[in-house]
Amino acid sequence: MSDSSARATIADRVAAATPVPVARRIRSLGDRAIAWLFIGPTILLLLAINIFPLIWTVYLSFTNYKANRSAPIRMVGTEHYSSILSDPDIWYSMQATAHFVFWTIVLETVIGFALAWLIDRKFRGHGIWTTIILLPMMLSPAVVGNFWKFLYEPQIGLFNYAVSFLTGVDRSSFQMLGDVALAPWAIVIVDVWMWTPYVMLICLAGLRSIPDHIYEAAEVDRASPWRQFWSITLPMALPFIMLAVLFRGIENFKMFDMVNLLTGGGPGSTTEVASITLKRDAFESWKTGYSSAFAIILFVAVFGLANIYVKALNRVKQR
Amino acid sequence: MSATGITTAHSVVAPTGRTRAIAGAIVIVYALITMIPLLWIVVTSFKTPDDSIAYPPKLLFTPSIEGYCNLFNTRTRQTPEYIAALPPATGQCDQLVRSRNMVIAGPSNVIPRFTNSIIIAFGSTFLAVALGTLTAYGFSRFRVPFANDLLFFILSTRFMPPIAVAIPIYLMYRAIGLTDTKIGMILLYTAVNVSLAVWLLKGFIDEIPREYEEAAMIDGYSRLQAFRKVVLPQAATGIAATAIFCLIFAWNEYAFAVLLTSGEAQTMPPFIPFIIGEGGQDWPAVAAATALFLIPILVFTILLRKHLLRGITFGAVRK
Repeated sequence: MSDSSARATIADRVAAATPVPVARRIRSLGDRAIAWLFIGPTILLLLAINIFPLIWTVYLSFTNYKANRSAPIRMVGTEHYSSILSDPDIWYSMQATAHFVFWTIVLETVIGFALAWLIDRKFRGHGIWTTIILLPMMLSPAVVGNFWKFLYEPQIGLFNYAVSFLTGVDRSSFQMLGDVALAPWAIVIVDVWMWTPYVMLICLAGLRSIPDHIYEAAEVDRASPWRQFWSITLPMALPFIMLAVLFRGIENFKMFDMVNLLTGGGPGSTTEVASITLKRDAFESWKTGYSSAFAIILFVAVFGLANIYVKALNRVKQR
Repeated sequence: MSATGITTAHSVVAPTGRTRAIAGAIVIVYALITMIPLLWIVVTSFKTPDDSIAYPPKLLFTPSIEGYCNLFNTRTRQTPEYIAALPPATGQCDQLVRSRNMVIAGPSNVIPRFTNSIIIAFGSTFLAVALGTLTAYGFSRFRVPFANDLLFFILSTRFMPPIAVAIPIYLMYRAIGLTDTKIGMILLYTAVNVSLAVWLLKGFIDEIPREYEEAAMIDGYSRLQAFRKVVLPQAATGIAATAIFCLIFAWNEYAFAVLLTSGEAQTMPPFIPFIIGEGGQDWPAVAAATALFLIPILVFTILLRKHLLRGITFGAVRK
């Protein structure tokens, strides 16, 4: 640090005393050293904590290693990959993940966009209410998910009480977390409760990015409000909606904490989303090699989604 | 004023009074419904165990601090004769516990776990923001080769499923003795947060005109002096907002914490679900822990509201 700062100071002194071209050359030399000094540590940290482990995982995925045994490691080639792709449990887990990701995205987008549109009507006090609506998404999914277990208690829970109060169904006739048909919806409900505000906030930014003069022009052309919504509001807010959808998609594809605490994958394996299966294989059955291969498959899938996400993100940025 | 700091008036197309009122009513109803689980946490924390499992759920009850007493103390059951022979109770908690035929055996683990959460969250936030500020400045001001690829690489580390990363981290930490240590968790959370910090801070630093530093350097400042005395003060708000985002992530994190810590370095999220009384979860104590755990986040969210949008989209949406 001190070395480069001394060099930079010298560069500055030289810069003050010499004609421009030379000065620029010397200063840029110092700048390059500073640039690497500033960026280097972050890259090193990420290499150590993210990339090195990733490479290790790739290696392990070709072995029969079990982390709780000290048996010699044997290479098994691509055996794990082929058995994962033909493992019915894995496909079942992918179905559970797809159900969760699909329905959370649909519900969060529809409700989130509707809320954003309503807030954009700028009623009195909309600022305060927006902040209140945003609160759930900032909280710990694990800690809040754990508390939802209490709300879902069939005998004493507030959720069952509210449902039976509103619909007249007997409160103990259904178990949100214990019933094979209801549990996948129980986790969707909690996720929608937590993350609809997220979609809402991004949609709101989208709606507010539409310049007034477009609506004014449409008004002059006597476009109906319905027409204005479909031809102006929705298309112009679409990149923002896409951004929210992709981000929620990636996050929910990785979902672990809330589901692990609410259902732990059960009953049976009805809510066993990909990360839960991975945790069971890796940290309960200790099939380290096998689960490493599954982790790599998941990572490739998420990385693909992330790629799309970054492209969409850049498109939004250009506006 | 809006929550997100956006104020654009729709002139010709301003909604009518009636539309506004209806929109406001719907949004307020939604906000109130989503607040119920959070309010229920606070309400439950002041109930006695009996009130907490009463049906129908009790809204009117005599507040009790028993949940908080049980959260902070461990208890053991004793015979009434034993309790009668004890010296008079010294505090309200003591009295409450004795009325249940139990005595306080000692402090519970909640304070060490809370302390761990604070140390790990603040430690990793400090490191992530320090590294992130330097790196963001590097990317913002210097021509770095492969800048876009490096930035994408930094962002992509954030998209890895935590359980997939946890497998090799677990093996690596076991090999070098970092399992269940605060240092290990701080390093891990720093690596996860640094990507967010770089992306957010690059946005903030990009907005500071280069001319400020150039003027300072013409006045004789070195590059590093200009960075310290011109850029850092200008970026202070952005740095503070970024720090709060990192803090919230580290505070809320569960997946790594539950897999890599068990005692010494355990944080609150994996601890709270294991607050159990006699026969299952002690819901008032769980609610008390949840409430204490969530309050800092609620405060931070309100402080952050102008930067929320930026934070949750990695700086993609600026307004």
